[in-house]
Amino acid sequence: MTQMDVTNTTETPTALGRPIRRKEDARLLHGQTNWTDNIQLPGTLHMAILRSPMAHARITKLDVSGALKMPNVVAAYGAAELGDLNGSVPCVWPVTDDIVMPGFPALAIDKVRHVGDCVAVVLATDAVHAADALEAIEVDYEPLPAVVNMESAIADGSTIVHDDKGTNTCYVYNLGGGYDEVAAKADVIVKRRFINQRLIPAFMEPRAVVAAPMGMSDEITIWTSTQIPHILRVLLALVTGIPENNLRVVAPDVGGGFGGKLQCYREEILVTQLARKLGRPVKWTETRSEDMVATHHGRDQIQDIEIAATSDGKMLGLKVTLLANMGAYLQIITPGVPLLGMFMYPAIYKMDAYDFKCTGVFTNTTPTDAYRGAGRPEATYAIERIVDELAAELGMEPMELRKKNWITHEEFPFTTVAGLTYDTGNYEAATARAMELFDYDGLRAEQAQRRASGDPVQLGIGISTFTEMCGLAPSRTLGALKYVAGGWEHCTVRLLPTGKVEVVTGTSPHGQGHETAWSQIASSVLGVPVEDIEVIHSDTGRSPYGMDTYGSRSLAVGGQAIKKAADRLVEKAKVIAAHQLECSPEDIEFVEGVFRVKGDPEKVQPLAAVAFEAFTGHNLPPGVEPTLSAEATVDPEDFSYPHGTHLAAMEVDTETGKVTLRKYVCVDDVGVQVNPMIVEGQVHGGLAQGIAQAMFEGASYDEDGNLQTASFADYLLPSAMDLPSFITDTTCTPSTTHPLGTKGVGEAGAIASTPAIINGVVDALRPLGVTDINMPAAPMTVWRAIQAAKAGGAA
Amino acid sequence: MIPVAFDYVRPSTVDEAVAALVAGGEDAKVMVGGQSLMPVLRLRLGAPSLIVDCSRIDEMIGIREEGDSIVIGAGTTHHAVMNNDLVKRYVTLLAQATATVADPQIRHRGTMGGSLAHADPAGDLPAVAAALDATFTIAGPGGRRTVAASDFFVDYFTTAVGDDEVLASVSFPKREGWGSHYEKFNRTAQAWAIVGVAAAVRMEGGRIAEARIGLTNVGTTPIRARSVEAALVGAADAAAIAAASESAADGTAPTTDIHADAEYRSHLTRVLTKRAVQKAAGM
Repeated sequence: MTQMDVTNTTETPTALGRPIRRKEDARLLHGQTNWTDNIQLPGTLHMAILRSPMAHARITKLDVSGALKMPNVVAAYGAAELGDLNGSVPCVWPVTDDIVMPGFPALAIDKVRHVGDCVAVVLATDAVHAADALEAIEVDYEPLPAVVNMESAIADGSTIVHDDKGTNTCYVYNLGGGYDEVAAKADVIVKRRFINQRLIPAFMEPRAVVAAPMGMSDEITIWTSTQIPHILRVLLALVTGIPENNLRVVAPDVGGGFGGKLQCYREEILVTQLARKLGRPVKWTETRSEDMVATHHGRDQIQDIEIAATSDGKMLGLKVTLLANMGAYLQIITPGVPLLGMFMYPAIYKMDAYDFKCTGVFTNTTPTDAYRGAGRPEATYAIERIVDELAAELGMEPMELRKKNWITHEEFPFTTVAGLTYDTGNYEAATARAMELFDYDGLRAEQAQRRASGDPVQLGIGISTFTEMCGLAPSRTLGALKYVAGGWEHCTVRLLPTGKVEVVTGTSPHGQGHETAWSQIASSVLGVPVEDIEVIHSDTGRSPYGMDTYGSRSLAVGGQAIKKAADRLVEKAKVIAAHQLECSPEDIEFVEGVFRVKGDPEKVQPLAAVAFEAFTGHNLPPGVEPTLSAEATVDPEDFSYPHGTHLAAMEVDTETGKVTLRKYVCVDDVGVQVNPMIVEGQVHGGLAQGIAQAMFEGASYDEDGNLQTASFADYLLPSAMDLPSFITDTTCTPSTTHPLGTKGVGEAGAIASTPAIINGVVDALRPLGVTDINMPAAPMTVWRAIQAAKAGGAA
Repeated sequence: MIPVAFDYVRPSTVDEAVAALVAGGEDAKVMVGGQSLMPVLRLRLGAPSLIVDCSRIDEMIGIREEGDSIVIGAGTTHHAVMNNDLVKRYVTLLAQATATVADPQIRHRGTMGGSLAHADPAGDLPAVAAALDATFTIAGPGGRRTVAASDFFVDYFTTAVGDDEVLASVSFPKREGWGSHYEKFNRTAQAWAIVGVAAAVRMEGGRIAEARIGLTNVGTTPIRARSVEAALVGAADAAAIAAASESAADGTAPTTDIHADAEYRSHLTRVLTKRAVQKAAGM
């Protein structure tokens, strides 16, 4: 079922849908690439950062002069020395009119507000001496009480993170209504508090930035390990005052991002400003220790969830009350992340009412922002968990409860109680296939037998029937949510005189395989072999228009632009071909890269020949300009809604609390697939991250605001040894909002898998009286829940 | 991060290594595989002025049979130890525990002696050395001396090896035919042991005649579960082993960290001791 015919054949014009090996992998695997840290420019200054060891403190003394006396040091700055160059890190999503938006100076001014806050920088001619010189900076802190817990932060008398603002409440956002009326008619109401814990993106390539004045012009080029070179260029122009036309941002090969590189970081601002001030290239590469405290974190919500239903299992309404941890400052879309989940709490279920309220809260912790799924994993976790709890309360089989309430395939398009219109889906088909692959009935029988025999290792079955919204996004929708940019995507397709093709995309890959997949799309339209297509991306100098890569948008939005631009190019070429073939364009058909006169097989003109004609310009039809290229900017008409059914068989050792994932089946519906091998890779990676949230990962702070999980010795990432072989399959209901019928897949695994795991653990232990397990399901957590249940207390 | 600058020498004999350590004084540090030391240096938790690299000293590498003992050079890699036929036959427990150390890359660079001399309470090998009554040969300016396992581990990250000494080899008594098992409990495969139990039993007529049990990460040093060892003598079934294991946490002093508190570690010690002995005894 996971087997696919892998092929290198790229000669056919029907590359779309084939599991072609990724073009970019040989370069990456053989080390024939440049990560940002590999870039070495003559005269480079290396920046090192002195970071706050305290979560909340007043800086009573900062003297960088000692660092200036250290060998190889060229400059050192605190906020005072940096002056006007100390820009403020931008937030582009003020979600309410009265949102509290504190300043976020790149170098802290007078106060530090989280461990890892930047206090001072040193620039030296090599990285070693820059690091050594940090120790010569004199800094005194007057410690202030730190506030870490969100409920404490919004309680009266709390320490205030930004004292000039007088409150730790960033915003309160409300949506929906009517829950109380339906709840009054309900037979059953189930309430739970779920903790969606803080996570650290932990991409493989740490962040790195190089900025260099280019000398021959006013241009400053910034190479940075980012997901968003285009957006970053705009933001850096706004923050630094450097004219946008003088900024070029390049994202070289980027080693993972997961939302963690969807950011305009203070370090990017500092490197840019200092390169400009000093007139020399400046470089900074973070250590893993810095990354853990200074790269934005993800998730961190307290979710109070209430669901109302009839006694026969008809869902009536859902009430969601969130506390969302902003951290110490707002970064690019920090306040908006919970709202990306807001629409997804009702998920695949039909109900009459939905109330949503989210309170954003400041604490003395690392700022949060987007992390794979961004709001939607939190929503999916909450709804899929509460549905299982409702099933238990009703005494219903959890899958049967889902079937009773989900949107059936005949009911699409369907407008949910949250206001989204899902265009297509077939939850029945994906579920049937998943249950078959899983041997659902067989595992239920084994579970019953283990329960009967009192086996110390109990078996649980976890279900997640998820959907998500991806493909950010219709610009008008973003505008209505107060996001300050659009969600369109751009593509230019150029046919070169020699028949080669350049596809210029505004999407910015960081491991996804865009170069291959985009080539397949262009190949399917143009009939040009995949290997003759070059995908140009991630450089504002070569690819000037784009909105970059996040939110599973690259294919869902960028793919549309590629298709449209390629179609337009064919239309222009057809006019030239008709002229050459001495017929009307209406008499021409374009098949497998060749223009043919209908009904006359002798009269053909390959696309490459048309390209050469367009290059020479010797014999073009009247009014047709030389060169052959076309561009398209597409604003999607709606989101795309992938869905799927994920099933996990969880073994729980009741003596030790150890949880083992024995079997994992997922059947995802991502519509038409451009490259099934890349789809499967995305699903595998997403599963690993979503399962890791449920079982292994969790950033925690002590009461003084120290990150207790500041290295990989304590922040536990799974390796291949900790995960089983996933059993994956797909169903296909084509998207109606995408010309190729595709949906997004980048986040599906991470969104769907987390509740499947915890539902499985709780299912294993429910006969013991356990009704919830906080994530991650670490053995001590599970063991304590079992002990509490045995003692008769709530788990 | 970037380590603080240090001097580096790579001696080719144990005597040269000792001379370098004497010259370097208390700021000199021995490195072999570097798997524990390099993180310490990179995080600037330590800043020795001199690194004495003992990874290419022939007499510190290799495994040999010496009378009733198997002698393993301190610089022998985990990979070599766990795949060695003499170790697998006569010191089975060591081979089993070594196979659980970290991951293959680390086992190819990290060394048995480095792990023992680092004396991390969460390291897997100290409990094995304690359980099997290994003998440590330490070279210093005054020549060689031997130290019993019970005296080798002094405290948290502290052993009997002096600043001017180097651990040269470790000798394990041959115990052919013993049943053994290392039960490691961790959250991910590459994580440190929350608790580990090293168990070896000699069976006679279906009963346990002699048992040796070392505990990982329930004190500042590896701990022998002596009362369990005594109670196991004569045990002939799984229930008897379970009963004997109830006292496994006696005399331990487990710590509390974010992965496990002391109470849970004590509970695990009892459960894992039972499991380790049951597996070692085949019951």
